[in-house]
Amino acid sequence: MIYEGKQKIWADYQKEIPDDHYFYVRSCIRQSFFPASEATFLDITRNRLGKDIFETEHHTTCGGIAYHSDTIPQETVMTIIARQFALMAKNGYENYVCSCITSFGLYCETMETWREFPELEAKIRENLWKTCKLDFAKPKFLIHASDLVYKYRNLIAKQAVHKLVNVHTGQPLRVVEHIGCHYSKMFPSKGVGGAEYPYVLVGMIEAWGGEIVDYPERRHCCGFGFRQYFIKGNRGYSISNTHKKFESMEPFHPDFIITNCPGCPYFMDRWQYVIAESTGKTYGKDGHGIPVLTYEEVAGLVMGYDPWDLGLQTHQVGVEPLLDKMGIEYDPEKKYLGKGGKDIGQPEPCICMK
Amino acid sequence: MVMGRLYDLLMKDYRLREGLNACINCGTCTAVCPAAEFYRYDPRRIVDIVQSKDEEEIEKLLRSDTIWYCGECMSCVTRCPRKNAAGLIIMALRNLSIELGYFIESEKGRQQFLLTKDLCSNVLDYGYCVYPRRFDYAGHPEAGRVWEWEEKHLDDVFERLGGNLDGPGPGAMRRIPQEDRDQLKAIFDETGATERMEKVRAAGLKKAAELGMTEEEFSRMVYFTSDPKHLNH
Repeated sequence: MIYEGKQKIWADYQKEIPDDHYFYVRSCIRQSFFPASEATFLDITRNRLGKDIFETEHHTTCGGIAYHSDTIPQETVMTIIARQFALMAKNGYENYVCSCITSFGLYCETMETWREFPELEAKIRENLWKTCKLDFAKPKFLIHASDLVYKYRNLIAKQAVHKLVNVHTGQPLRVVEHIGCHYSKMFPSKGVGGAEYPYVLVGMIEAWGGEIVDYPERRHCCGFGFRQYFIKGNRGYSISNTHKKFESMEPFHPDFIITNCPGCPYFMDRWQYVIAESTGKTYGKDGHGIPVLTYEEVAGLVMGYDPWDLGLQTHQVGVEPLLDKMGIEYDPEKKYLGKGGKDIGQPEPCICMK
Repeated sequence: MVMGRLYDLLMKDYRLREGLNACINCGTCTAVCPAAEFYRYDPRRIVDIVQSKDEEEIEKLLRSDTIWYCGECMSCVTRCPRKNAAGLIIMALRNLSIELGYFIESEKGRQQFLLTKDLCSNVLDYGYCVYPRRFDYAGHPEAGRVWEWEEKHLDDVFERLGGNLDGPGPGAMRRIPQEDRDQLKAIFDETGATERMEKVRAAGLKKAAELGMTEEEFSRMVYFTSDPKHLNH
């Protein structure tokens, strides 16, 4: 086949994603703030689609947040990563799938640096043996968990209970997709669709019936900035960037936002709350915010999971307007109940944001 | 100052060797940079200074607030027409600033005192960079009323959502076995992270003493202070 023009460019950004047999590593932020998202990913892939996704309790953080906050040397983070790779090989896997975008970017950076500087890879191998008596093999395929859901998007669509369609109007839901910066901004060829036109989330939305919203600041960072959030005096950086994105998307009236980075949904959800409570401004209709979901949560809604099993009650921006549009039934009385219906109270109400 | 000393030290960092090719000073990195909009920050200028090998200017950078403004989002990498990576150059500058002890001289640089203490202890104590029991609502009011509620009922919330907070075996926020955390400590010791932690802590405590502050007073100042001079408007 002869590729021309845009076809050729597009072909450069296709990514081979194996169908099955993955070693899974979790994300520090996703586990902390969206534990149900990781549970849903594993339930969909293992139990609904019958895939082999293996997890060991012995894996740890990749160290990425500490590294990008400049608190540990590059050699340290690379040796931690090598240890993760060693666990993959030890358990008989070649395909590596990670939940975190910071991790994904860092794995790409590490593999690329080792390719350019083989002596560094040799040093890391030596470090790992000296400290852990482990040897590592590099993954044959390095995949982000959103790549895998993208790969399975049509299988998920076949099992869909709900579509990304407004049941009251019959129109597709209007969706903002926000890609984590470290997914493909550093290594465009490692992400589905590259950095300019990443397709990983767009593909899911299209397959599940929604419509993508384009807006000027679509590729702008959510504003995490590592040290720019962890230190309280720096947090103006973080909220300012989220604010910029929301001001830019507001005129396009998105129904919700889908994200593939674990940090972005936290910041875009929580900073909307702060903007609302400090200025009275909300970006959804009638005092509501714009719900910000992980791709696992969106897949779960499409497949008919209960919204409260997906953890949507732990978002500060209420998701009920979205559930109503999709025609999803839910019990408001059960929103904040613990396991087995245990009463564990509920959050205090917001002043401005519904 | 021996000519080229700092530049040579920077060039030992793989990130600089990867990140600095031939900057043409077009300013695309600055145009797209989230930090440059918020802070008085110009990554184009930083790359140009490093490329110039001007020791005096590089030393000024290493002692300045400027190199600490970047959020390491790496948006600059995508857009540079010459495949430079201003974000990686910043990481190399920060690394050298810490190695030489210059970081403690600037308001933003000395934030490493808290960042290193908090993030490294999370990694060594729990095996995670972020650990929910150490993410308190009082310190993070923007986490919302929902996090205030979650914090009070963390075990119940994790149980409800299929997590395994501090539990055995696999799962979200499981207790990572001691043997694995021991391996992380061994990696820290072997690869310079422990030495880095000690160096940053010693520099912070020395600075606190110079300012006549206790560690707690110094920590509070570092955590809360942000001089408006940093801002772009």
